[in-house]
Amino acid sequence: TLRLIFTTTAVQRKNVGASGPEKYTEAFIKKQIEEFNLGKRHLANMMGEDPETFTQEDIDRAIAYLFPSGLFDKRARPMMKHPTEIFPEQRKIQWGEDGRPFHFLFYTGKQSYYSLMHDTYEKLLNVQKHQDQLIAQDLPLQREKRNLAGSRWLTKIELEEMLLEKVSDDDYSRFIQLLQKLVALPCAEIEEKYIQKFSKEVPAQLQKVVIEPLQYDERGVAFSTGEGKRKTASATAIVYDNGTGKITVNGIDILHYFPVLQDREQLLFPFQFLGRIGKHDMVCTVSGGGRSAQAGAIRLASAKALRSFVTEKEVEFMRQAGLLTVDPRVKERKKPGQEGPRRKFTWKKR
Amino acid sequence: DDKLLTEPLSHPDFFNVKELFSLKDLFDARVHLGHKKGCRHRFMEPYIFGCRLDHDIIDLDQTVQHLQLALNFTAHVAYRGGIILFVSRKRQFCHLIESTARACGEYAHTRFWQGGLLTNAHVQFGPGVRLPDLLIFLSTLNNVFEPHVAIRDAAKMNIPTVGVVDTNCNPCLITYPVPGNDDSPAAVELYCKLFRMTIIRAKDRRRQSEAVEELR
Repeated sequence: TLRLIFTTTAVQRKNVGASGPEKYTEAFIKKQIEEFNLGKRHLANMMGEDPETFTQEDIDRAIAYLFPSGLFDKRARPMMKHPTEIFPEQRKIQWGEDGRPFHFLFYTGKQSYYSLMHDTYEKLLNVQKHQDQLIAQDLPLQREKRNLAGSRWLTKIELEEMLLEKVSDDDYSRFIQLLQKLVALPCAEIEEKYIQKFSKEVPAQLQKVVIEPLQYDERGVAFSTGEGKRKTASATAIVYDNGTGKITVNGIDILHYFPVLQDREQLLFPFQFLGRIGKHDMVCTVSGGGRSAQAGAIRLASAKALRSFVTEKEVEFMRQAGLLTVDPRVKERKKPGQEGPRRKFTWKKR
Repeated sequence: DDKLLTEPLSHPDFFNVKELFSLKDLFDARVHLGHKKGCRHRFMEPYIFGCRLDHDIIDLDQTVQHLQLALNFTAHVAYRGGIILFVSRKRQFCHLIESTARACGEYAHTRFWQGGLLTNAHVQFGPGVRLPDLLIFLSTLNNVFEPHVAIRDAAKMNIPTVGVVDTNCNPCLITYPVPGNDDSPAAVELYCKLFRMTIIRAKDRRRQSEAVEELR
């Protein structure tokens, strides 16, 4: 009911769209759940199965059998699921029968967010009170540093999911500032449980690249393997120690496989960089790509294999020289309205 | 049921709010201290007792009368099950006021006031909202020292208001102004205590009367 205020008839027209998505009362959801359970039993009866042990998968199969549909979109087909999955979890109507809202901060508009701020501030005051008590008793304040490196605060989206209402950027940053203020106090251990609700563990960060140890074959010679990719070519290389500098590609010697000098230079570059030209043998397999791509792939594979033979400092030098980086350049796609990836059609004045 | 509602209205002070506070309590809580002479609002001059070294002193006799009227009114509203909303934009007392409201079982709004809260409630909250029946302002000014929007909105929506007006506030649109200090923690704690006690008293009285009626 509207209060009697001075308005025009134009304003009194109901704005149907502005009230947002339809809100469901708790009683409505309960009724839907009862109907669903009854329907489940009926369905089990119809299919000739035991109503007690009728699972959701059985329901799906039964519905697909009774109501076959040729529609492509799975969500458009007939389905029978538990009401909690169908009706989105949203705020049910916030006030009781007599009209009084349930939450004491209802009239602010953002009740869950402001109640969260209220509770956090209360924890802050508690910690300050505890601190004052300790100072009054001349006890030392605990200075255990919390491990901040392994944890992060909740993101804005996670907070929105937690509170079930929209949170603006300003509000979110204010909340994080308040949490940081709480954590910064010396006696914050008292509220550790509360703070843990809003912090998440960050999993192990940089995966350090593990350099594989050398393997030994039947003759006692040390060898190691490496893989490399470039454009569409992929290569695997096995580098043997105590060699004479012989390199074989797909069973063919490199002089025959790569007639062009440039490709052979690419292959030899890792060895030349480390000064180990005549010391290693290499056997590689390569497939895909073109002449230059295969050469680049083998270069990367051999560089990765050589990591096991060499000190960490030299590995770092190799990395800085660009021998261990995968070349990300691939063929750029052709765009419509142009002749190639960059070339446009010839412009004719008339 | 009709008797329940009409009986309190026949007495001038049904809930006996006079005994909750005395002039000395107000003085001890520093309610009489106003702002400086330069901040004085023209419409607050009748409530000011005097000025000493540029500091305005509020007349506590008038405050006592206004406060009794205000407390009596809130008690009646609480007795009839009305929704009471505590409003203040002072950051110092935000937490205290919210806790007071929670303790009474009433509502509080000490945060940023969205424009259409009262006037556009059916769009903001949903159809069928019940608006507050009384607004209690523990500070009528907002953070930029301008009158709070809620005073004007409550006047538009025919909602009665009770407000603590300081020497720099405008008491015009408030139904039950209470001239007094709104900046000292002691004064605000006293107001919170008084409102809380009146509301709880009124609600208990209502429950007692209902129980008595049911027994008959």
